[in-house]
Amino acid sequence: MYQWDFGSLWQFRSIIGIGFVYTLSYTVAVIALGLLIGLLVGLGRLSSNPFISGPLRAYVEVFRCTPVLVQLVWFYYALPVLLGIEMSAGTAAALSLSLYGGAFYSEIIRGGIVSIDVGQSEAGWALGMTRLQLMRRVILPQAFKRMTPPLVNQSIMQLKNTSLLSVLAVPDLLYQGQIIAHETYRPLEIYTMVAIIYFLILLPATIWAKKLETRLSALQG
Amino acid sequence: MTSASHPAMIQISNLKKAFGEHVVLKDISIQIERGSVVAMIGPSGSGKSTLLRCLNLLTVPDLGSVRIGEQHFEFDGKKSRLPRDRELASYRARTGMVFQHFNLFPHMTALENVMEGMITVLRTPRSEARSQALALLQKVGLSDRADMYPQKLSGGQKQRVAIARALAMRPDVMLFDEATSALDPELVGEVLNVIRALAADGMTMILVTHEVAFAREVADQVVFMRDGVVVEAGPPSQVIDNPQQVATRAFLARFNG
Repeated sequence: MYQWDFGSLWQFRSIIGIGFVYTLSYTVAVIALGLLIGLLVGLGRLSSNPFISGPLRAYVEVFRCTPVLVQLVWFYYALPVLLGIEMSAGTAAALSLSLYGGAFYSEIIRGGIVSIDVGQSEAGWALGMTRLQLMRRVILPQAFKRMTPPLVNQSIMQLKNTSLLSVLAVPDLLYQGQIIAHETYRPLEIYTMVAIIYFLILLPATIWAKKLETRLSALQG
Repeated sequence: MTSASHPAMIQISNLKKAFGEHVVLKDISIQIERGSVVAMIGPSGSGKSTLLRCLNLLTVPDLGSVRIGEQHFEFDGKKSRLPRDRELASYRARTGMVFQHFNLFPHMTALENVMEGMITVLRTPRSEARSQALALLQKVGLSDRADMYPQKLSGGQKQRVAIARALAMRPDVMLFDEATSALDPELVGEVLNVIRALAADGMTMILVTHEVAFAREVADQVVFMRDGVVVEAGPPSQVIDNPQQVATRAFLARFNG
């Protein structure tokens, strides 16, 4: 029978602390950047100009239809060679995770916008709104309500995907766990603890998302 | 209807519109005087709603021209010559449109719906827009519903808010696109009362309607359309009470049954 020993992990708290900070920082960064990309791409794909919507669609499909781990490795090893630039592991990771998330965010945002009844646009136009005013005052406020639950879900995925940073030796929660595991030969305790930390961050987030969903749907009547 | 020295306020000339192979409007020309009420009647698919939507350019005509007051747009079938976003917006701001399905903004209260155009398009200061919107809601008999969201309102109330929202822009002309067709029969009256009051105020209006009795009562001109052409136009005493064309008679027979 395996003898669990979580007590011995306490001495590595600062190493885990660093991992925790890295994981959270990268999460915030790839969510923020991903949302920005998603908003721009989502709006751009609604353009009637095929020279705008076409390439954006290609971007979305490429990033949706390849594994994120492959993208991450490709951004770190292949892209710098092709572009002739130096890219740190952290930059490559943040870039690929943001672009990956952005592809999914853009689909959520585009879907939210096109789900709004065309009568809403006509009412806005009939009042004399420009395209931009219509988006800002009529379409987006309604669309965001519908988008919020899937956006929160995708953001939860973004946090979980930061665990892939460890592949590029970025000291996130999982990578720091691996270091401790190599030192202590106690991988069971370490990886259990890492899993628990992820769980403790995300469980409240999912509960909050569920509440938000209920509240928003009540608001829409 | 008009004399050369005094051009009509609204002029539709040689308007044509097709959706793919299906020709909806075939060379329509109509003039409408300031302060007059025009009712457009005709069977479904006759093109009357499309004509109304072409007037405020929610639907872009293929050929012909539309003019309201000084603003004038010509269409020659070339996509590159379409009016720009801003030009369209300033033109549309001068026409008030009331839709069959209300199309109120569900995320705004009745009051906010009425204020929206004034604030976003006309840049009216908030307090002023608010007092004007309250006055308009009073005019349509909904002062006590100002802070309610559309989902809490009945169909008739929604449509009255929609009328107030359109009036808030101080339009040159009000366009009603089957404004009572989606309403339960017992709610039609309250909306017609508001339209009747507007007619008495001298508002220029174009009504696409199935309410023939109402058209006879409020309209100065009745336009009967079928298959994309104006079959007959004139005062109600002529078009409704004494139609000359077989098609008009056949259509009206259903209502006099």
